[in-house]
Amino acid sequence: MADLAVNLAGIRLRNPVLAASGTFGYGREYAAVVPLDQIGGVITKGTSLEAWTGNPPPRTVETAAGMLNAIGLENPGLKHLVEADLPWLASQGATVVVNVVGRTVDEYVAVAEALDARPAVAGLELNVSCPNVDKGGMAFGVHPESAYALVRAVRKRTRLPLLVKLTPNVTDIVRIAEQVRDAGADGLSAVNTLVGMAIDIHCRRPVLGNATGGLSGPAIKPVALAAVWRLARVGLPILGGGGISFWQDAVEFLMAGATAVAVGTATFVRPRAMLEIAQGMEEYLKCQGIERITDLVGAANPGARTG
Amino acid sequence: MNLEQARVEENRLLAADHRRMVLHAPAIAASAGAGQFVHLRAHDSFHPLLRRPLSVARCDRTAGTLVLIYRVLGEGTARLADRRPGDGIDVLGPLGRGFRLAPGLTPLLVAGGVGVAPLISLAEECVRMGRAVEVVAGARTASLLVGEADLRELGVECCSATDDGSRGYRGPVTGLLGGRLDGRALYAAGPAGMLRQVQQLAGATPAQLCIEAAMACGVGACRGCACRARGGGYRLVCTEGPVFDSHEVTYDG
Ligand SMILES: Cc1cc2nc3c(=O)[nH]c(=O)nc-3n(C[C@H](O)[C@H](O)[C@H](O)COP(=O)(O)OP(=O)(O)OC[C@H]3O[C@@H](n4cnc5c(N)ncnc54)[C@H](O)[C@@H]3O)c2cc1C
Ligand SMILES: Cc1cc2nc3c(=O)[nH]c(=O)nc-3n(C[C@H](O)[C@H](O)[C@H](O)COP(=O)(O)O)c2cc1C
Ligand code: FES
Repeated sequence: MADLAVNLAGIRLRNPVLAASGTFGYGREYAAVVPLDQIGGVITKGTSLEAWTGNPPPRTVETAAGMLNAIGLENPGLKHLVEADLPWLASQGATVVVNVVGRTVDEYVAVAEALDARPAVAGLELNVSCPNVDKGGMAFGVHPESAYALVRAVRKRTRLPLLVKLTPNVTDIVRIAEQVRDAGADGLSAVNTLVGMAIDIHCRRPVLGNATGGLSGPAIKPVALAAVWRLARVGLPILGGGGISFWQDAVEFLMAGATAVAVGTATFVRPRAMLEIAQGMEEYLKCQGIERITDLVGAANPGARTG
Repeated sequence: MNLEQARVEENRLLAADHRRMVLHAPAIAASAGAGQFVHLRAHDSFHPLLRRPLSVARCDRTAGTLVLIYRVLGEGTARLADRRPGDGIDVLGPLGRGFRLAPGLTPLLVAGGVGVAPLISLAEECVRMGRAVEVVAGARTASLLVGEADLRELGVECCSATDDGSRGYRGPVTGLLGGRLDGRALYAAGPAGMLRQVQQLAGATPAQLCIEAAMACGVGACRGCACRARGGGYRLVCTEGPVFDSHEVTYDG
């Protein structure tokens, strides 16, 4: 049996395929067709201190080999997560990473702190990369100084493995990642969506209620893969993702330097995509005579310091 | 909710750009209720990428079949139109919250265009329960009254309206509602403009509206299919709908 287990920045995963934040709700939504104890883990929808209502519709539109979303981080808030979702996820045997968002540093810190001592939470993913809200989200992730300050503040209040999810909408993603590393993050998550838009030419206005949105799906895979390739030299373990549809895509991300992968939009298309990807990886290892999936990490990237 | 590899049994042209598809999908047919929908993968490549939601128009538990009635609008429905009997097709369903029949009132079904699809399933349920049911259906022109044959097969009378007067009343289907609402509960599906009119005309008459929104996941995971709730905030069409009580939602704002 090939070994698919990985340790991602201190988060132990049965396999390296996780559900990307915001594409898998809180696990319940797809549980009838995706057993949660068969995927690597569930990354929750971005969770804030209080409930957020989200952006006006339309919130999604399909584009060439991809989609735009401007959900605006609608979520029921920390209390709901803790009381309703975490106990249920634990009962399903899910490995849970909570995606954390806030409008201010204090809000991020409060959420992180409240989750610190909870055995149902395996790690945190700090979202400094959502392009669809005015305050918080990407505002923290585009400036090295604010990224540093935020990660530093959160780091002080949590012992949980801390991943920081980066935006590709910057001139130099490596520079941001180095700051995040120096501030004490345990790992990087890359990438969040790319800013994009669509215009309705009959109504002469943007399709999305928020005008711009985040591009995801197969269209962004080459961009995301190159980001992981460059980030591999920062020296932190990487959760790679962006446009992964098939196991071959996932293997490319590992070879570029990712330790595990997040699958999002593909689940909308094929709800069992994560299971198929994990299975495909296992067969690939067998065919290649490789014992451990970790042997692939950075295999194609001479500059990688993550393997 | 099931993810099922269904088999196409029929995919027939009903009228210009309108088709009727019969799917053998026994797991989904076993539990589909009136007003629920399925999320289909029209084909196997990246364009179009996402699934497409279609209402269940009829459901035969014994035969394990579903009927879908759809309008070919863009790329996704065009790929669906290419499917031949015998082809496999990936279907997720049944999804959403369907119609809830109000006790004691006669159901009056109001259909606009291909919006007749979910209402056929409600008519079918009424017939199964032995309840009286009335239907008014509108379309641009007589040939586009695409629900007629299925309703006739169910033995349900239908009062028609067409924009061009080629069948029945000339004008919008809502023009058939005047003086007709006593002792009735309204169940409506069709274009947004029509649903808004039904909402206004209903007054104190209980009304349920079957609403459409762009959908990515179809199961409540992405929070993309928001519609506006009366009194502020949003509702998810895929899980809290697609059928809403008229007072839950608003078209303003
Ligand atoms: C719950 C639910 C149930 C539905 N049931 C049915 C059904 O039973 N039969 C049926 O024919 N359709 C139904 N629809 C609508 C159907 O899903 C869309 O028409 C279809 O997804 C269009 O896909 P496409 O790729 O062909 O067109 P696209 O390429 O997505 O769109 C082509 C053009 O049509 C417009 N368009 C897309 N969707 C809609 C829409 N919903 N209303 C008006 N304009 C639109 C687009 O803006 C674009 O200009 C339902 C939708 C929902 C949400
Ligand atoms: C509908 C939708 C909602 C998302 N919500 C979040 C979120 O709440 N937090 C976050 O960090 N990323 C969010 N993302 C980004 C995804 O987690 C993922 O990084 C991105 O979609 C790229 O991966 P993909 O191409 O596999 O979807 C969202 C993406 C989509 C499509
Ligand atoms: S379509 Fe994803 S939540 Fe409704």
